[in-house]
Amino acid sequence: MTETTRKTGVSRRTLLKSTAGLAGLAAGSGAITGFPYVMSAEPKVLRYLGTAVNEGDDISKQCLKDTGIKIEYITATTDDVTKRVMTQPNSFDVLDTEYFSLKKLVPSGNILALDSKKIKEFDNITPVFTKGETPGGKKIGNQGTAPWKVLYLEGKDSKTFSKTPTEFVTLIPTVYNADTLGIRPDLIKRPISTWAELLNPEFKGKASILNIPSIGIMDAAMVVEATGKYKYADKGNMTKEEIDLTMKVMTEAKKAGQFRAFWKDFNESVNLMASGETVIQSMWSPAVTKVRSMGIACTFQPLKEGYRSWASGFCVSKGVSGAKLDWAYEFVNWFLSGYAGAYLNRQGYYSAVLSTAKANMEPYEWAYWMEGKPAEKDIKAPDGSLLEKAGAVRDGGSYEDRMGGVACWNAVMDENDYMVRKWNEFIAA
Amino acid sequence: MDTSEDILQQASPDLVRGSETARPAKAARLSPTFISWLQAGPMMLVFLAFFLIPLVFVVIVSFWDYNEYQLLPAFSGRGYTDTFEGCIAQLPDLCTIAKTYLKTLKFCLLVWAITLFIGFWVAYFLAFHIKSKTWQMGLSLLCTIPFWTSNVIRMIAWIPLLGRNGLVNSGLIKTGLINQPVEWLLFSEFSVVLALVHLFTFFMVVPIFNSMVRIDKSLIEAAYDAGATGFQTLVNVIIPLTKPGIVIGSIFVITIVMGDFITIGVMGGQQIAAAGKIIETRVNALQFPAAAANAVILLVITFMIITMMSRIVDIKKEL
Repeated sequence: MTETTRKTGVSRRTLLKSTAGLAGLAAGSGAITGFPYVMSAEPKVLRYLGTAVNEGDDISKQCLKDTGIKIEYITATTDDVTKRVMTQPNSFDVLDTEYFSLKKLVPSGNILALDSKKIKEFDNITPVFTKGETPGGKKIGNQGTAPWKVLYLEGKDSKTFSKTPTEFVTLIPTVYNADTLGIRPDLIKRPISTWAELLNPEFKGKASILNIPSIGIMDAAMVVEATGKYKYADKGNMTKEEIDLTMKVMTEAKKAGQFRAFWKDFNESVNLMASGETVIQSMWSPAVTKVRSMGIACTFQPLKEGYRSWASGFCVSKGVSGAKLDWAYEFVNWFLSGYAGAYLNRQGYYSAVLSTAKANMEPYEWAYWMEGKPAEKDIKAPDGSLLEKAGAVRDGGSYEDRMGGVACWNAVMDENDYMVRKWNEFIAA
Repeated sequence: MDTSEDILQQASPDLVRGSETARPAKAARLSPTFISWLQAGPMMLVFLAFFLIPLVFVVIVSFWDYNEYQLLPAFSGRGYTDTFEGCIAQLPDLCTIAKTYLKTLKFCLLVWAITLFIGFWVAYFLAFHIKSKTWQMGLSLLCTIPFWTSNVIRMIAWIPLLGRNGLVNSGLIKTGLINQPVEWLLFSEFSVVLALVHLFTFFMVVPIFNSMVRIDKSLIEAAYDAGATGFQTLVNVIIPLTKPGIVIGSIFVITIVMGDFITIGVMGGQQIAAAGKIIETRVNALQFPAAAANAVILLVITFMIITMMSRIVDIKKEL
């Protein structure tokens, strides 16, 4: 026993020493590069916080090749990204987040706007963001937190959104899309053309909606409006009465057994659809692609009331300055320079600068994804797997038609707090 | 089983000899109280730093105010009042929060009863019918299989079994027992209870098995010799002596089920709320004081259940 005690004494001391040494190493090195002895040039590393939407390994590899900037991805869910910005602003450098979060993020003072003069391609960003219209001049629905409402700040450190263009941009647009309902055409066996079908008793126990309040409430509002029960002044900014009414309709449907389940993440939605547990539900474009790649029929069904849209973009943490800020600009500029845009377009998303993305895509790819034309050759995903056979046409058609058909945007409402409470009651009902 | 004094007697000379500075003469004067504090100290400090202090913070934060994006360190009961919003107005109907807690309690009670029943007999089998230590260990390890998978995998795994086109339904249809797939097998209260039982029976088995192994076999022989039937032995000898194990297992299961929202969410198709779920959504909405308030409420309720159980069996005495 005595001996063991002595031994522990020694080992404890060694342990302490080694831990202290490790801690010192970790603290001293700052960024772990894998080659701690190369201290001559500081490695360019950016910690990139975002949802998995545009965090492709191919993108970070190509970026390292072109600019020498090493991107370290930090992946989290939409809600967790917001939480992290609020509570740990120093744990990331570049933030990739959705426009609707800005109403929460900007007042916190934890993020820095970027200077549009330093963004090479800024004037070529699609007018969807700057003017709220498609390149072809179609007006886009502006209900909800539409990007052009929150694109500019009044001053460098201002917390107020500017109605007119300024050089202080909250988020440099990166990726966006028009979302609708996903369906299993093989199980439904008839055309679906309206959001109201989600509550059609024909699909009792076979429907689903997503359980992320900020997004789910928009889907619910599209459905309620489509059934003709109510017309909202602004779906993305409801009054308490409107929230109550929307949730009442949804709760009644839920109690009648309309919904099979609610889903929260990508994989859940894919599973529900692929297993036939649901035949109609809220869905994201890549999830539909995933179900199809399993060899199961699944359509991202365009509906007559229009699409619910979302958009995300880049800004930096307030802790970023000096050389790091320069790298951040370099990275954002690289991101808009075409490679990443083409990569996102090939997944069925849309890139912010169309001209550079087009230059990085084959003409037949561009025609299929962006112009709504039948595919001349087989369409492949960025990883090379087959997505569509030659002759197929994209669900919903061209960029003009899809983005032109947007009715509302994901939103954070003035009554957000109340809405979240009511949404939870609906989930618990 | 050593009493604490035995341990002390064994340990203190060692302690003294082991400490390099203390001289034997001085050592004799180290009071037993001091030594027992010394022994309990490290654990107590860890407990204080990682459990009690954070808990105090949770209680403090639950009385703060908040807005969309930050905590406001001003005293406010808003976290609590928002939670019970409309509860008075809706009487005699129950409001959502009350319904949610009742549902959680219902799951808790069901899962507790089922895991206790299954766990007891599994432990009984392991303790009295398996003679070799190796087999006992091996079979106990088998009980951990439900933990080898992540929640996501688990959710995906139940669909082919219980789903609309799953194994059970197609089997029942083939045998002609039903002609339409049964819907309530998945994403229902049934599937929630099933998954919780599947997961947590293990927490009952281990402490009950532990108590049973320590029962002196001569007691059972004595009961047999005195002419007790198997059932009488079970009720009068085995169950009373396994009480501590039963209570410890019950505390495990009840606290875990009360706080669980992942399994309930996954198996209930996100359609069934649980007390833990309320906390999660509040945190996701960055309403930390409201989340903390709900955490305090949940803690109080769970604590009350545990207190009631320890009233029934005095664990300290039994151990």
